[in-house]
Amino acid sequence: MADFVMPSLGSDMESGTLVEWRIKPGGRVRRGDIVAVVETQKGAIEVEIFDSGVVESLVVEPGTEVPVGTVLATVRSGDEPAATEAPVASAVARPAPPPAPEPARPAPAAAPKAPPAAARPAPTAGAAPPPVSAVPTAAPATRLRASPAARQRATALGIDLSTLTGSGPGGAITLADVEAAPAKQPARAPRASPSVRQRALELGVDLGQITGSGAKGAITVADLARAAAGAQQAKSAPARPPAAPFEPDAMRRAIAAAMTRSKREIPHYYLATTVDFEPALRFVERVNAQRDPEQRLLYAVLLLKALALALKEVPELNGFWRQDRFEPSAAVHVGVAVSLRRRGLIAPALHDVADKDLDTLMMQLKDLVQRARVGGLRSSELTDTTITLSSLGDNGVETLYPIITPPQVAVVGAGSVVRRPWVVGEGLAVRRVVTLTLAGDHRVSDGHRGALFLAALERLLQKPEEL
Amino acid sequence: MTETELRERLLAILGGIAPEAREIDIDPEQSFRDQLDIDSMDFLNFVTAVHKQLGVPIPELDYPRLASLNGAVQYLLPKLPH
Repeated sequence: MADFVMPSLGSDMESGTLVEWRIKPGGRVRRGDIVAVVETQKGAIEVEIFDSGVVESLVVEPGTEVPVGTVLATVRSGDEPAATEAPVASAVARPAPPPAPEPARPAPAAAPKAPPAAARPAPTAGAAPPPVSAVPTAAPATRLRASPAARQRATALGIDLSTLTGSGPGGAITLADVEAAPAKQPARAPRASPSVRQRALELGVDLGQITGSGAKGAITVADLARAAAGAQQAKSAPARPPAAPFEPDAMRRAIAAAMTRSKREIPHYYLATTVDFEPALRFVERVNAQRDPEQRLLYAVLLLKALALALKEVPELNGFWRQDRFEPSAAVHVGVAVSLRRRGLIAPALHDVADKDLDTLMMQLKDLVQRARVGGLRSSELTDTTITLSSLGDNGVETLYPIITPPQVAVVGAGSVVRRPWVVGEGLAVRRVVTLTLAGDHRVSDGHRGALFLAALERLLQKPEEL
Repeated sequence: MTETELRERLLAILGGIAPEAREIDIDPEQSFRDQLDIDSMDFLNFVTAVHKQLGVPIPELDYPRLASLNGAVQYLLPKLPH
């Protein structure tokens, strides 16, 4: 059984609202399928799944805002037998694997997709409880009867309401029922090693709040560190109202949070070089002269392809800084900074740029920019970016000094194309030039290696027909 | 297509690409780029839509002539099929 959890769509994301399910219980899913739509500060994102199998249950109802890491659905891999018990809903309430089957609960044949409200994990330490309004008011008929206070308390305690017997009117679960419950609840200890438990005590982190990434969902030291950092951030973050579906301020805040983290944690170095862009532009103009507008190229795709090829020579600019070490990436997924006009900025990834021809890249870039602006970006496009290209196009200035987006370790900037007097051989000519910049992470590379990268980029752009 | 119809059509195409174009009064003499937050991808989409909807060939070299509403009208009107 695999849990499908609320993904972190960027280092700045704390929670998201499940907007829509694209799957049904009993349906088959394959790795990479789009299974849900999640609303974040970055807009509506189509979320892909990492496991293949059969959907066992949908745990969270559309309209619910939950923290990153919350179990949204469970998926049974192809060869696992169907569970005979209703799946346990949340990471909080996840039991250690039982030695024997748990007492049978109602079979999930007509599994209601409505989870008990209490199935939602408790909020992260220091954060306010989720707003009650996050609980959909139009509850399905199968919904457990429980008072709002009881639901909230159950959430805080990590108690599954469906395990309780209500003493209120019509069998409704009351606050008193919840308060009385912990004594009866079986011990549901999260899996963690003794040293992790010790460390959690020291940090004041509740292990019950953490989704483990280790074997069988065990909580690792890294999970703990992340949770501790998250709690710290939540404490220092200013109080803010419940997230609206979209508001520009939320995106600005998200950008600010990511860039603050970047500037605080990443020792940046900056390099800039101005390159003769005339050959690249003439190549694009030559190609486009033969084509209708819908097939024409933008010079941005030449930059993308050249960037990806140059990374082959300086691979330490491509990958992630995670858990205090560099993870190089064999694939080059280039984040393309896209202006959302007045709404902010987003940099979704164009996948496997080094392996694609210019026409394919152009088609996919068009599609990516379109989806960035109207919604419909996919979760992988926001999470597996290995390096970012920020190009101001023709609207900007000559030079931009980009900031690395964690956990990436480099970002390339392209200023506007400008005409300048330029030395060609022994003479002077008017050429169109562009200033390319690189910000690199000093923990992984240095100015010398960065300069080799920019030199490779310049060299590749002089022979655009080979890209 | 009359000149008025052409203007309306161009503004509609523009509004589809840069929604803020529907909210402001476009100065027909000024470039779209100075008035709207459009980039090279938006402009390419604009040219593509104009080409598809009006059937007028638009070489890249002529892009500067479509930079403003008046410029686009002057460029496109004589090329429209009668």
